[in-house]
Amino acid sequence: MMKALLAAIAKLITGASARWVGCAPDVRQRVYFANHTSNLDALVIWASLPPPMRDLTRPVAARDYWIKGALRRYLANHIFNAVLIERKKPTAHDNPLADMLAALGDRHSLIIFPEGGRQTSSEMAPFKGGLFHLAKDRTDVEFVPVLIENLNRILPKGEFLPVPLLGGVSFGTPMRLESGEGKDSFLTRAQAAVKALQK
Amino acid sequence: MTNLKLDKQTIWLVGGVLALLAVSSLIGWALSLRATGDKGKATVQNLNARIRAWWMMVAVFGLAMATGGIGSVVLFALTSFFALREFITLTPTRAGDHRTLFWVFFVILPLQYYLIAIKWYGLFSILIPVYAFLFIPIRSAVTGDCGNFLERTAKIQWGLMVCVYCVSYVPALLSLNIAGYEGQNGKLMFYFVLIAEISDVLQYVWGKTLGRHKIAPTVSPNKTWEGFVGGIATATLIGAGLWWATPFTPLQSAGMSLIITLMGFGGGLVMSAIKRDRGVKDYGNMIEGHGGVMDRIDSLCFAAPVFFHFTRYYFT
Repeated sequence: MMKALLAAIAKLITGASARWVGCAPDVRQRVYFANHTSNLDALVIWASLPPPMRDLTRPVAARDYWIKGALRRYLANHIFNAVLIERKKPTAHDNPLADMLAALGDRHSLIIFPEGGRQTSSEMAPFKGGLFHLAKDRTDVEFVPVLIENLNRILPKGEFLPVPLLGGVSFGTPMRLESGEGKDSFLTRAQAAVKALQK
Repeated sequence: MTNLKLDKQTIWLVGGVLALLAVSSLIGWALSLRATGDKGKATVQNLNARIRAWWMMVAVFGLAMATGGIGSVVLFALTSFFALREFITLTPTRAGDHRTLFWVFFVILPLQYYLIAIKWYGLFSILIPVYAFLFIPIRSAVTGDCGNFLERTAKIQWGLMVCVYCVSYVPALLSLNIAGYEGQNGKLMFYFVLIAEISDVLQYVWGKTLGRHKIAPTVSPNKTWEGFVGGIATATLIGAGLWWATPFTPLQSAGMSLIITLMGFGGGLVMSAIKRDRGVKDYGNMIEGHGGVMDRIDSLCFAAPVFFHFTRYYFT
């Protein structure tokens, strides 16, 4: 109930229309990786998934941000079922990769932002290695590039009041790690796949 | 607000529009049975989507009118909001404009329609061209971002003028005090919207059936001289024939309709030029078959203020 309401509000504010360019909505296990420009990104991707997929798809988010304040904690734990990871000081005991693999399990999908933080410029930052390691450990999972457009204009970094422009979410063709493909090659290919979704 | 009452003439206007839509739906259905070829089928499908959307738009407009003047003000405020949203989305602004845009959407727009609702002509006619015009560059300058400053400012001002100021002149028609026409302004607004929109439709119909010679192929490939002349002439005739619903004589009504249709044509052309420049076909996808809200109201925007001021100057 709360979930459907929040998803409807998110769609209304951002006017986000989902374009399924390279694949159809499906509950199979996937990792959606997207460019990151606004705090609304995860919310909008999550909201643009059909409800059965929404329940199985968990956004990966920074723990330091999402445990501050009761509202953020409530949203992260009860609405988004977020996977909160340590991005500042990963240790063997507190390893984001292990957390993500555990969260994926055998039925969930993930939303991740491999740039590691929100970008203020229009250029994407290089992708971090976590995406590669996920792809290496879970060759059975589809990796779907997602391009988010205009959300940085709706709610730019550092602003707290959204302006109601029209955003867009595009889902590209699923990819997997090729056999023998190296880290740099895979990450470059993944980033290019996100960029290629620009109209 | 006591501007709108259901008199005999209103019933004739509404009934006429509903009958017209019913006939259009029948024609659309007949065409869909006869259409051959991919291109023909696509055209008829789009036509039928447009007709369906028209039913929806007429229902919404009718409902707004039925709730009294305030319903119309709210409807056009929402229309402005969605149109401005499409417009600003299409014209790139920068992070430095964020707070300015917030003011534009959530303060200036509602304020303009509030002034329309309380019929404060002295202020609603200058709020955006004077106060918002000066406020917008000041608010953006305060953020310290100078890149493309004039361009960014001009785009926001332009969007506000076209999507909010011009559109707000439609419900502003309810505020005119026309001697001998008291309490009947709802019909004047209905007349205006009907002529502006039917002119669009007739230009489309004439253009699709007889159109050969393009007027401005670089701007709008669908606008032809045949569509222009046929559409404007028939819409003006319809306008003359509806004089009984207005404060005008038949000849005055023809003149007013000519002004509405010519301004409407100009509006369609200008808004198309912006779309071409930005490399898109439609402003949005909110109204099936028509595109965005802005695609549907481009002619209204340009015609409303001119029609308002002509009526105000000569008839009040």
